Amino acid sequence: MIIIEPVKGLSALRFHEIWEYRELFYFLVWRDIKIRYKQTFLGAAWALIRPLMGMIVFTLLFNKLVGFSVKGVPYLLYTFCGVVAWNFFSEGVTNASQSLLANANLVSKVYFPRVIIPAAAILSGFVDFSIAFILALLLMVYFQFVPTATIFLFPLFVLLTVIVSLGIGFWFSSISVQYRDIGQALPYIIQVFFWITPVGYAASKIPSAYQLLYWLNPIVAVIEGFRWSLLHTGTLPGILLLLSCSVAILVFITGLMNFLRMERKFADVI
Amino acid sequence: MSTIIHVEHLGKQYRIGARRRGNSFRDLFDEKVRSIFSKKDKKVSSFKDTIWALEDVSFDVQEGEVLGIIGRNGAGKSTLLKILARITAPTRGRIRLEGRIASLLEVGTGFSGELTGRENIFLNGAILGMKRMEIKRKFDEIVAFADMEKFIDTPVKHYSSGMYMRLAFAVAAHLEPEILIVDEVLAVGDIEFQRKCLGKLGDVATSGRTVLFVSHNTAAVQTLCKTGLLLAGGKLAHFGSAEECVAKYLQGNNSIDGTILSMGRQASGDVQVTGITINGSESTQVLLEKSEIEIMVQGTVSHDVKLDIEARLYSSQGVLIGSFCPTRNHGNLGTIKPGPFRIKSTMDLQNLNKGRYSLDVYLTHPMVQGYWDFPNAATLYCDGIPLANSSVLETIHYGPILLTGETVYQ
Repeated sequence: MIIIEPVKGLSALRFHEIWEYRELFYFLVWRDIKIRYKQTFLGAAWALIRPLMGMIVFTLLFNKLVGFSVKGVPYLLYTFCGVVAWNFFSEGVTNASQSLLANANLVSKVYFPRVIIPAAAILSGFVDFSIAFILALLLMVYFQFVPTATIFLFPLFVLLTVIVSLGIGFWFSSISVQYRDIGQALPYIIQVFFWITPVGYAASKIPSAYQLLYWLNPIVAVIEGFRWSLLHTGTLPGILLLLSCSVAILVFITGLMNFLRMERKFADVI
Repeated sequence: MSTIIHVEHLGKQYRIGARRRGNSFRDLFDEKVRSIFSKKDKKVSSFKDTIWALEDVSFDVQEGEVLGIIGRNGAGKSTLLKILARITAPTRGRIRLEGRIASLLEVGTGFSGELTGRENIFLNGAILGMKRMEIKRKFDEIVAFADMEKFIDTPVKHYSSGMYMRLAFAVAAHLEPEILIVDEVLAVGDIEFQRKCLGKLGDVATSGRTVLFVSHNTAAVQTLCKTGLLLAGGKLAHFGSAEECVAKYLQGNNSIDGTILSMGRQASGDVQVTGITINGSESTQVLLEKSEIEIMVQGTVSHDVKLDIEARLYSSQGVLIGSFCPTRNHGNLGTIKPGPFRIKSTMDLQNLNKGRYSLDVYLTHPMVQGYWDFPNAATLYCDGIPLANSSVLETIHYGPILLTGETVYQ
């Protein structure tokens, strides 16, 4: 039995319903993966080319030009891990933010829990991420770098990336249904994020007076966490990490709540 | 039989005006700034800027019923369907559905040009709410229905639009929800495919499934549906048998749609038209009771004018069926003397099949000059020609014209 009623206040997250629509979720992920590199000459090789390009640019810029280096870790490997994390985040956010508009015909014609759409957009980035991650492992072998036990905490930081990307993706995608400004601003927002994120350098380079402010950016925890768990680069500042994670969870929860509040209006305004 | 759809005091309010103007932050700021300076105005305009697309609609549908939903454009049909399909939320009221609902307004939704026909069947099926196993089971049937075996592994972007629609409809037609919404999809595809779709619909209707059929085609509603629901201006105008609803719908159109005269425009200043009727009525809605119609025009002319009535008949799909101009061939063109005039033409429609037609009327000096145009002067509803075996031929199956003749056995 289905009851259709006006939405009053916050509608509860209908987990059982999302579970019911899991097959659609798989299909959307599968579709996104399938058509991602259609009609490209290099195909899935792009998943390798992009992080490698980033790695080369950052090595030239920060390592050779600025002279930044990390003790005990080859800089190439160091920055590659940062780039992999950053790409996973920025592509996830970009795809998720545009996902509702890209699937406008679904939103205006068929019913299903809308959270599936941005979630699928982010999950489909996992393929690229996995390919890049395997390359990171190969680089470790090449540099004869032996990871420590912290590598077992790596999945937690991947989860953190997903939470942050989803949170921001929920916010941006739901707003962009009504205000297309998001589409215009997105590249610049991503760019701003990039400059306040330690992709090519270490977060510890930031003056200590600004550390607290700096770690309010949840991507800092993502990047630093990636490198710490894979390459064991010193110790992570526990309190600041906690702060970063709290911001991530806050963004996720508010983003989800806002998304659910707007969800039933999507079809009317898209 | 039990109640499968229960709708109570359903209402949907839409915001129009300010919000629709644009979708950017600038408009939002505009609105906010304006509202600061004119607090009072805002209250008034907020009433003006909303409309009730649907207001206080209540009805019940029994299991296995085929319900026809009719109404003019903007009467709230699409809104009702969208709420039933849970695409948009109601503002007021409540609906209880005892079963899965799917609609054929989603034909082809989510098709991806880059994917092959096979892949799209699975994707589209999942979007329409089918389980993977269900799609697998019906896969061959779907492909056969779409007549698509050869191209099933070709990317859909290489399909012709006809092939595309066929595949899309084939997937949708194999849904097995307890409640099915059908929105005028019958206008797609070639004639053969249309017939196939109607056949499939007939199967669905007789299989005990509950169907909500939305259409402008009153003839189709009358043949497919037992009960009907008439919406007018967002309100439930009538709920009862399909015949009653269609009758009320046509009746209602008379009062709302205005007169044939209001459809007219002057093409040249020599002739003034003061009245035009078809079968003695000024209404644009004409129910054909006999196999001919009489067009009567009255007005005044300022000097000698040669005049005749011309007309063009179109099918409901907009195909020209024939044109009418009695004096064109016979050359028996009358001259109107200055002052008031009245002319009358009788048009024979003997071989018209059952259906809805539209008629353009022109006041002209044939081949020389046009004086008045009445595009879409009237909508004709034809009951068709009763045949020996008492069935009635329908346009949708057999085209607009009954071709007659005889077979001689030698």
